[in-house]
Amino acid sequence: MSNRSYEAVMSRKNEIMKASVGIDYDSFENEGISFDYEGMMSSAGFSLDEVSSIQKETGVGNTSLVELKNINKLVRYLSDKGKGARIFLKDEASNPSGSFKDRRASVSVYKAKELGYKGVIAATSGNYGAAVASQAVKRGLKCIVVQETYDSKGRGQPEILEKGRACESYGAEVLQLTVGPELFYYFLLLLEETGYFNASLYTPYGINGVETLGYELVQQVREQTDRDPDYVIVTNAGGGNLTGTARGIQKANSDKTRIIAASVDLYGLHMASDNDFNKKSFTTGHTGFGIPFSVFPDRSDVPRNAARALRYMDEYYLVTQGEVFYVTEMLSRLEGMQRGPAGNTSLAVAVALARKLPEDKIIVVQETEYTGAGKLPTAQLSFAKKQGIEIVRGKPSELDEPGKRIVIPEKPEQLQLKEVSLDRLRRSYMKQLRKRGVSSLGGKDIEFLAEELNTNTDNIEDISKEVFSDG
Amino acid sequence: MIAKKGDWVQIKRIVLKPEERSSNVPEDTSKVPLEMRLKGYLENETANIGDDVKVKTIIGRTEYGTLIAVNPKYDHGFGEHIKELYNAGTELVELLRKIDNEDDNHE
Repeated sequence: MSNRSYEAVMSRKNEIMKASVGIDYDSFENEGISFDYEGMMSSAGFSLDEVSSIQKETGVGNTSLVELKNINKLVRYLSDKGKGARIFLKDEASNPSGSFKDRRASVSVYKAKELGYKGVIAATSGNYGAAVASQAVKRGLKCIVVQETYDSKGRGQPEILEKGRACESYGAEVLQLTVGPELFYYFLLLLEETGYFNASLYTPYGINGVETLGYELVQQVREQTDRDPDYVIVTNAGGGNLTGTARGIQKANSDKTRIIAASVDLYGLHMASDNDFNKKSFTTGHTGFGIPFSVFPDRSDVPRNAARALRYMDEYYLVTQGEVFYVTEMLSRLEGMQRGPAGNTSLAVAVALARKLPEDKIIVVQETEYTGAGKLPTAQLSFAKKQGIEIVRGKPSELDEPGKRIVIPEKPEQLQLKEVSLDRLRRSYMKQLRKRGVSSLGGKDIEFLAEELNTNTDNIEDISKEVFSDG
Repeated sequence: MIAKKGDWVQIKRIVLKPEERSSNVPEDTSKVPLEMRLKGYLENETANIGDDVKVKTIIGRTEYGTLIAVNPKYDHGFGEHIKELYNAGTELVELLRKIDNEDDNHE
């Protein structure tokens, strides 16, 4: 039997990965830091039509697009004359396991079956686990989900417990770990032991699966309003939702659509900290994933992450936990739609943004998820209170303090946007390169980075001078 | 004896002791072990809580660990009434009514 120690398993990472995803990542590498992203996406992935038919086989996609008429009425009332864009919501909760993650899982599980694997494994504490488990049922494969669930005192985060329950309801084995990045180590051990397929969120399959979401929403907006969407707001964590949606929008030739990232602001809480783990009321869609994955996408569980959010992002806004709870309540009480936390992060951004935009503009919030025990604001806020977190009404922009205080707005005008500077993220991206041993950039690197960071080569030269020369 | 062979149980096991953990975890995390919890069918003839046991998981893998629960329950719930949030919802409904009334008066 091979050595199961942490160091030994991590040193076998590349060979384990290669055997478990069916993609030869080395073949896309160039000299320097760059790699052939589009080459990887097209040779390893599927066309939009292929994805669409794979998804049709298992009942994924073609979700409805709903105009939030009462919220829009409210937004217009609060806006200056001529302002108040219309918000539409893509109801992804109606996918088989209750979230857009079915789109990602459908293609991964299809590929696993096609390649002859007997089972699939996913490392996820999110809805993706249930999505993989559900798709595995449909295709007759076994499924293991590895979750980060508990702190060292054995207290489980309610939302993650619910996601684990959902996986078990589909007959998956759920391995629940305590806090720590070594989850990846255990994941590798399981891949090695079982020989199953790594249903990573970050392969081209997982991203191809989301392209249909972007494509569909453009068609639906065109049908309902005779125009293209002006803004599509995407809750951003690992970057796959944003990348896939934006690629789908491009494939629908909706060239002027701006892609807006939205995350919950969890500044000050450390994601790998045992103490901080249960002090957050959002388990994903927050800055603890959104920022690190934007500035270093290849931190994922595959050698080259197909989710590269900065390539597609036009603007990035943060909102507080209390604001997202507030719009979750708003969606329920004004629109009669009780939905989970994920898409509501982008809804909070949408409501604040709509007030500033002309009234003929169209905003799409591109996902919802199922909700219930563990996921509801009441479940999360009850749990937060038990962890000693204060719940108050007030101005979130002034009083919010992640891990200490959750602030529910007193009125909708208090929903505010905190903008993240994309140039700052580009700089952080380069600093990550430096941290990983890169000391200068070659010609091909500059071009690659201009695409990778959605800017021009002059800007890349400027940032690189600053980052690589300040010692 | 509280569990017998074939019962659906939950086990717990230390995967990495504090000293075996990755060097890049925060200080608080580095002081505690990495633990895993898992459910499956008990393989031992009989067992009590706290015993070292073997289980077969739903997909047929064998794992071992300390028995911590028999017929484990899901105890995450819907939570208590949160007045700060529910009242905020009611205020939004009242605001919408007000907007609707103003619209009606203008017609």
